[in-house]
Amino acid sequence: MVTQALLILLILTCLSLLGSSRLSAYIRIVALQGLLLGALTLAVHAKSLSTDIVLLALGSTIIKSLVVPRMLARAIREADVRTAARPFLGYGGSLVAGMLLLPVALWLGWHLTLPHPVAGGLVVPVSLYAMFIGLFLIAGRQQALTQILGYLVLENGIYAFGVALLVDYPLWVELAILLDLLGAVLVMGVILFDINRDFDHIDTSRLSALKD
Amino acid sequence: MTWIFAAMAVWSLLGLAPLAARSARRAGDFGIAVTLLGAALAAVPVVLTLAGRPPAAFSHPWAVPYGSLAFALDGLSAFFMVPLLLLTSLGAIFGWKYWQHEDGPIGPTWLFYNLLIASMVAVLCARNGVLFLVAWETMALVSFFLVTSHAGDVEVRKAGWIYLIATHLGSVFLLPMFVTLGQAGTSLDFDHLAAPGTLAPATAAIVFVLAVLGFGSKAGFLPMHVWLPEAHPAAPSPVSAVMSGVMIKLGIYGILRVLLLLGAPAAWWGWLLVGIGLASGVFGVLMALAQHDLKRLLAYSSVENIGIIAMGIGVGIIGLASGQTLVAILGFAGALWHVVNHALFKGLLFLGAGAIQHATGTRQLDRLGGLLKTMPRTGVAVLVGSAAISGLPPLNGFASEFAIFLGALVGATTPSRSGLAGLLVVAAGLALIGGLATACFAKAFGVVFLGVPRSDAVEGAHDPGAAMLWPLGILAGTCALLGLGAPLLLPALLPAISLLTGLPAAMASAQLHFLWRSLIAVEATILILAILFFALYAVRSRWLAARPVSRAVTWDCGFGGATARMQYSSAAFAMPLISAFSAVVASHGEVTGLSALFPREGSWSGHSGDIFKAALSRGFGALQRILRRFRRLQNGNLQVYVLYIALTMLVLLVWKLGI
Repeated sequence: MVTQALLILLILTCLSLLGSSRLSAYIRIVALQGLLLGALTLAVHAKSLSTDIVLLALGSTIIKSLVVPRMLARAIREADVRTAARPFLGYGGSLVAGMLLLPVALWLGWHLTLPHPVAGGLVVPVSLYAMFIGLFLIAGRQQALTQILGYLVLENGIYAFGVALLVDYPLWVELAILLDLLGAVLVMGVILFDINRDFDHIDTSRLSALKD
Repeated sequence: MTWIFAAMAVWSLLGLAPLAARSARRAGDFGIAVTLLGAALAAVPVVLTLAGRPPAAFSHPWAVPYGSLAFALDGLSAFFMVPLLLLTSLGAIFGWKYWQHEDGPIGPTWLFYNLLIASMVAVLCARNGVLFLVAWETMALVSFFLVTSHAGDVEVRKAGWIYLIATHLGSVFLLPMFVTLGQAGTSLDFDHLAAPGTLAPATAAIVFVLAVLGFGSKAGFLPMHVWLPEAHPAAPSPVSAVMSGVMIKLGIYGILRVLLLLGAPAAWWGWLLVGIGLASGVFGVLMALAQHDLKRLLAYSSVENIGIIAMGIGVGIIGLASGQTLVAILGFAGALWHVVNHALFKGLLFLGAGAIQHATGTRQLDRLGGLLKTMPRTGVAVLVGSAAISGLPPLNGFASEFAIFLGALVGATTPSRSGLAGLLVVAAGLALIGGLATACFAKAFGVVFLGVPRSDAVEGAHDPGAAMLWPLGILAGTCALLGLGAPLLLPALLPAISLLTGLPAAMASAQLHFLWRSLIAVEATILILAILFFALYAVRSRWLAARPVSRAVTWDCGFGGATARMQYSSAAFAMPLISAFSAVVASHGEVTGLSALFPREGSWSGHSGDIFKAALSRGFGALQRILRRFRRLQNGNLQVYVLYIALTMLVLLVWKLGI
């Protein structure tokens, strides 16, 4: 029951990402997702709780909802951007697209045959949904910062997928991916600052002026 | 195979030594040492195999999918190794001094030269589809770097791109060819492809056509020849000699190898090759006749000679398909022999062109002239090469063309098979090509070496040093030797011929006796004519000895005020023939300033375009216009790329889960 509630909250956070325009709101929502995922880890494994799983939940929550959001908040402060500029698809349109993606994710999640028993009926579809929303954000928004957020949401989806599989080793793989992503965010943060300093903007759609 | 591996290791690993050399001189010393050491190592098994030793083979697993390190040296490979080793060694000796005067670093040039040799040997010895393609592509890339040695020149860069595109277009056909062959067998090892003769006729036909397209683009079959006249002039002369003499022959080798893999051929394959060969031969020699650049002329002449070789293979296939072994043997023998011969005289002529360019700084025929007086030794060598390439007896070009001619004639006149009367086309075509080639090289030699200098570029020209003269001399000597000694050298063809025709060596040898007898008869005639010639010459000398002999300017025709510009120019010499074939050669000249009654300053400029190049560039233009529409898909926008990936993933997921 707790699991279901957490998953529904996850869906709602995804939808609210699509509808908001302020960068600080994005960061708060992604931080909230990190918190939800930490709770989800514990809820799914409630019956067979071990030190490993508690440590993983704790670690991922700290990284996802404290460290990364802090860094991003600092990034927007230093780059001095407030709002996500000009999405390719408007906020209303994004919400409609997000609603349309939900049944697709549900259908896919229920038809996907997995090699291991799964935590609950909704975990796989919701994790797929989070991945879709992440990809949608990457493809649909222009600023480099929103793209990082998109990657984070995508990663959250992958994490939820790992949680859904009731075996231990995917969690460790997951942890490794999380660290990779942390590294990637750091690199992108550095690049972001450089782009901002040299070009006075971080609009990635204008980067294609350099293509051959 | 140990010898071959050692040689390849020398060429590719020790080949790095020139890079470390401090001076151009030292780089040349390292480079030539590596080339010659490798050639000496590789020559051992080649000689043994041609002498009749059973083929050596080596096989080892390879991590690459479908690949294996399968190498072998059979009669066909060994035969192609002969011109390869000979010409690359002589080219290196020539390049040793030739490249010393380059202004850029020559270490990389030597490295690529030795790598080219290694990759060509790998192509000849590879017995696995993947390994073959890897060697083939290495050869293409390495030779691309050699073609663009003078990459500072925009024309050279353009030629390099044309070559790179042409060679890759050819490879496009080779991959499906090997896949088709491999699907019917158990692996891509040549031994485990579909067994010869087991493929369905339609599949075999597809494989053969793909081979002709893929290997033909390397060999220079019409209309895929367009890269030859661009790449050969752009490359340094030793490289042009190796590329034209040996590398394009590997296309011929590929076709012959595929024929071996396919087994019994259909007659129309032969007719296809005869058609392509005839078209390439006639078109190539006509275009050569129309050129004003010595190396472009030689490049087009390569197209012509590849055409002759293709006709030989065609005659061989027709002979095999119709069961006439003598026709098959004569066709294949002529083709294989012409491979060696063309390597010799085309190598000689390209090196000669290099010596001329080295001495005068130009390759433009209309800026040369009278070089026989200043460069007599080069002149004699080039004269021998020109006579040989024109197919004049008793030189080697005649011997091989004669074999193909004889094959066509025997096939056409055997009464029981009236279907082969069409082979008379080959005989007629060879005669036409031979005549035009003679005109072409009479023009080339005459304009360059006879008459008086047309520009001051010629002043101060002199024969190059011994290191550059010796390769010319050796090649000229070999041309004569392979012509006069042709009957003695027929046994070297036996291993390859018995492979290609499937006959035991003893039987093939008995059939070759026919060619031997004919050649002896021709040589006896030539001997008599030569004796007659020298007798007449002696009479003339005696007769003139008692009389005063005055010498005048060449071509002055009794007109006292002749200038160098009144000589036949290269365009003027070729004009009558070119205008007769104006349907094929798009040649046009423009006269300005000669309209009034009294002489004023006037000028004439002529230009001959390649109709196939024009057609191909129109085709590519149309293709580009179609493909340009798809460029919108690749708009450089990161978000859109992510969208493509996401959509692809989604579609694949939905498709996989079954809608």
